Amino acid sequence: MTQPTLDDLAAMVPHGAKLALPVDYAGVSMAMTRPLIARGLRDLHVVCLPTGGMQPDMLIGAGCVATIETSAMTLGEAGGAPCFTRAVREGAVKVMDATCPAVHAGFLAAQKGVPFATLRGMIGTDLLANRPDWKVIQNPFSDEPDPIVAIPAIRPDVAIFHCPMADRDGNVWIGRRRELASLAYAAERTLVTVERIVETSLLADEVTAAGVLPALYVEAVTVAKNGAAPIGLWGEYPADMEAIGRYAREARTPEGFRAFLDGADRLLEAV
Amino acid sequence: MGAILPRERLIVAIAGLLDGVRHVAVGASSPIPAAGAMLLRALAERDGKPRVRISILGSREHNFFTNGSAELFDCAGQGRIDAFFLGGGQIDGEANINLVGTGDYPRNPVRWPGSFGSAYLYFVVPRVILFREEHTPRVFVEKVDFVSAPGTSEAGVYRPGGPHALLTSLALFSFDKERRRFRLESVHPGHSIAEVTAATGFTFDHDEAVPATPDPDPATLALLRGRVLTELEETYPQFARQMAAELRGSAAA
Repeated sequence: MTQPTLDDLAAMVPHGAKLALPVDYAGVSMAMTRPLIARGLRDLHVVCLPTGGMQPDMLIGAGCVATIETSAMTLGEAGGAPCFTRAVREGAVKVMDATCPAVHAGFLAAQKGVPFATLRGMIGTDLLANRPDWKVIQNPFSDEPDPIVAIPAIRPDVAIFHCPMADRDGNVWIGRRRELASLAYAAERTLVTVERIVETSLLADEVTAAGVLPALYVEAVTVAKNGAAPIGLWGEYPADMEAIGRYAREARTPEGFRAFLDGADRLLEAV
Repeated sequence: MGAILPRERLIVAIAGLLDGVRHVAVGASSPIPAAGAMLLRALAERDGKPRVRISILGSREHNFFTNGSAELFDCAGQGRIDAFFLGGGQIDGEANINLVGTGDYPRNPVRWPGSFGSAYLYFVVPRVILFREEHTPRVFVEKVDFVSAPGTSEAGVYRPGGPHALLTSLALFSFDKERRRFRLESVHPGHSIAEVTAATGFTFDHDEAVPATPDPDPATLALLRGRVLTELEETYPQFARQMAAELRGSAAA
């Protein structure tokens, strides 16, 4: 079986797709960021489960994103997400501000194949006031007035993330990063990059099997060594804070962001 | 033993606010609340009190969740988290917090990362401690520009949780849910009520004389400077090293 390239994976993301991406600490496929940008994608609706960092920020900077649905955009200790902040100020991107458990609830509803999930909290917030897609309903099991928020199912067209390993059958080891399973259950198509492919089935041993996302949910897997860098990957390598800090500084202007992209292109060509 | 650092006072104050909790969760990039929780755990262990669980998001050592990032919220919804910390780019006199930005939404001239889990956790965690070191009128405003999470809710809205206290670099306040107002409980040594009033954009209640935030006792301070600082190093290495350096400096002075 020949492995698809990163560009092959990027080609599976259509213009205007609803694209779901994981929180930084769960396993971000940074290796896919550049191929997605190089493909010239437009009008993406990016959903972050439940927050976003450098990857969605770069997609926004490159003009790929029309809508961003997230509970927060941050580079962690390196500060705010520069392209996101600029796009918000300029009105260049539509923001669907959320709160973490509401995004989880939307994915859970999709996982169950039901139209919505309900969640406590949020009543009286300006988040709710600005989310016409969230509805306050009466708890049907209560005789007293008991308002509760209904969150519609989030059904992404594509989800992309990065993991330590997969096997030859396409089973992917996600460990205890269960939000990666949420992404895959909800998305129509899930694209995964991994550090390595192992020869033994991950389902053969109950210890690894407990942390496996079965191939059933996975459209394509390919190897991308250090594929989460400069963001870290759990159990594998830490974040490169120097590199993230450099991005945070350089991407503050559109010119700086472009130069950052070009600089990285030159580095890639030199390899 | 060197002079007490302002940060040590905050950490000790947090441990005091957490007294009696079984499980406290701490968000990412919150070294002072994390240190306060670790101090509480160390004190409880020392005094033979029930074990205190701490969940620090983003820490390997202090995060026992195995069901992804949803588990914290599920746990909170089940009533299994007694205390949590929230900050805010703006906090107003009714304890509303704003983590989204200043000015008109959605094209905020100053945009912050976003609301994270605040719009949920503020509702369901019984003891939410508002913590913000910067105590200025731009943070403590009369009315927030955007409500990420409200301080109080109307009758009939499910609201077991909410604000318990507000701790800043100047002072400690409690919050009265009925009156929807903060009350100044103590002012940190070296500061005055007048200074707190001038730095706060909302009105609050206080007695004519407000006590100074008490100094920690030597045993507590020793626990903080020993075990807690060591534990803190795993999750917040930069912060722990900086505090250790400050302590060496104050001891040498």
